[in-house]
Amino acid sequence: MKRIEILKTYKIYIGGQFPRTESGRYYTVNNSEGKAHANVCLCSRKDVRNAVVAARKAQGAWAERSAFNRGQILYRIAEMFEGRKIQFIDELTQQGQTKKAAQAEVNMAIERLVYYAGWCDKYNQILSSVNPVSSSHFNFSSCEPMGVVGIIPDQQSPLLGLISLLAPVIAGGNTAIVLASVDYPLCAVTFAEVLHASDVPGGVVNILTGALQETAPTLSSHMDVNALVTSNLGNEVNTPLQVAAVDNLKRYFDYKQDWNNSSAQGLHFIGDLQEIKTTWHPIEQIGGATSSY
Amino acid sequence: MAKTVSQIILDASKVDKVGVEERVARIQTRSVKGTSKVQGLKMALNMIDLTTLEGKDTQGKVRQMCYKAHHLHDSIPDLPAVAAVCVYPSMVKFAKKELRNTSVKVASVSTAFPSGQAPLEVKILDTKFAVDQGADEIDMVISRGKFLQGEFQFVYDEIAQIKEACGKARLKVILETGELTTLDNVRLASDIAIHAGADFIKTSTGKIQPAATMQVTYTMLMAIQDYFAETGIMIGMKPAGGISTSKLALHNLLMVKEVLGDEWLTNQWFRFGASSLANDVLMQLIKCESGIYASPDYVSID
Repeated sequence: MKRIEILKTYKIYIGGQFPRTESGRYYTVNNSEGKAHANVCLCSRKDVRNAVVAARKAQGAWAERSAFNRGQILYRIAEMFEGRKIQFIDELTQQGQTKKAAQAEVNMAIERLVYYAGWCDKYNQILSSVNPVSSSHFNFSSCEPMGVVGIIPDQQSPLLGLISLLAPVIAGGNTAIVLASVDYPLCAVTFAEVLHASDVPGGVVNILTGALQETAPTLSSHMDVNALVTSNLGNEVNTPLQVAAVDNLKRYFDYKQDWNNSSAQGLHFIGDLQEIKTTWHPIEQIGGATSSY
Repeated sequence: MAKTVSQIILDASKVDKVGVEERVARIQTRSVKGTSKVQGLKMALNMIDLTTLEGKDTQGKVRQMCYKAHHLHDSIPDLPAVAAVCVYPSMVKFAKKELRNTSVKVASVSTAFPSGQAPLEVKILDTKFAVDQGADEIDMVISRGKFLQGEFQFVYDEIAQIKEACGKARLKVILETGELTTLDNVRLASDIAIHAGADFIKTSTGKIQPAATMQVTYTMLMAIQDYFAETGIMIGMKPAGGISTSKLALHNLLMVKEVLGDEWLTNQWFRFGASSLANDVLMQLIKCESGIYASPDYVSID
């Protein structure tokens, strides 16, 4: 007798839990042969709102963790990812990639996580500075995370593109709301399961699936989201989102990158999502000499 | 007219817990939208007792809260003020001064809030002090320990004596339902408080969890309804603690309307004891107006 396979319900990830969309709607994702493969949540703006609330709640504690500890957690994500490689490769091939390309993408995604794990306790030293000023002040600048960051990854790079944007965001102490690729959402949800098993506190990463025209405008206009990062969306999608982001002066970055390129990573992806705080600290000046700190 | 305590105990109806949960669950599936939502939210704002009850309260904190009480969010025109501010007795005089020439009342907790573990004389002094300082309303706590020991007469007499000490101030009686453990107890405590002279019955101090759950509030509303049917006298209701979202506030209003009717939908008869609810309601109102989700960064702190 042929065994009937148990199909997985692909749910969304908000505040460390896997709820269904508040709207109760779904859409069907086909595999490369055009057959129905899975039903995926069709999120509404209320799911976006809930995700922002969860991300905001988690942000303070995540930023306050030691940089070293954030690095450990990012590395842990890579470890757990490695253990589930086969599932990711399988999902990518279901979505139409060749096996070889899928393997390469998964390997690079893991390496990228390790790369940003390493940066966690280093970027602040490099991006910070002690500044020369012509008064009796010790003047220094250092990084602080922007806060809650919305992420709309490359729609054609549903796994590597997502991780390439997400890793520098959380490495820098921000929390994130990710709108997964509309056509290829499966590995985004599976990645949420990896996050869930990797000591990432609930709410630090929130992953939603569904139609961008519904969720993206809500995310870009939300007053409690501090920045928005997108990749290769094209001007037609980008421009209205950018306009909506103006109200609360969101930082907006649209990266045009081929994420499969091994050089599509770097310190500036972390630095883009840091605010620079400059402190003027009065010091004693003795007889016109240089500062005596 | 006045019932003896033993009569109250005999008459107190037993609460059908499953039935209450079902009724509450039905109310909570409802969603209020559009203009009714805006009206409901404004009504909720007008029913809030803005509260600060902490050891670290300072005059500065109370001043800020009093200002907020009648300037909730000046960039939205025609917003109501809240109903009252709720403070410790030591802050009453100061709050009263800050709120002169406004419609906002000053409520004071008393009777050794929040535990209520003090001798009766102390509680009466505490109450008289707050009233002398100018409190319009007194929020007293019942002796839960005595209640759980079955000394209902003690609880009744205490409330009656505090009521006397209140003079013209309205008396809210806090049952601290989180410590009463069962809905039957909540119902009995409500009946005792109402018969002993409460103007309002109130769920919780806000210091104990669970606080104002919908189930508890529903049970207390039923006690008020039964008393009204029996005597024609209206008693107020104040859920306090744990109501921090607009949605929950609207569900509470719906429940009041359905159990007690429209007459109770004013801040004369219904209040929310809350500190963070006001900001959530304000953010919802901003959202209703602009269509854009708001951020707490743009409203004043609690």
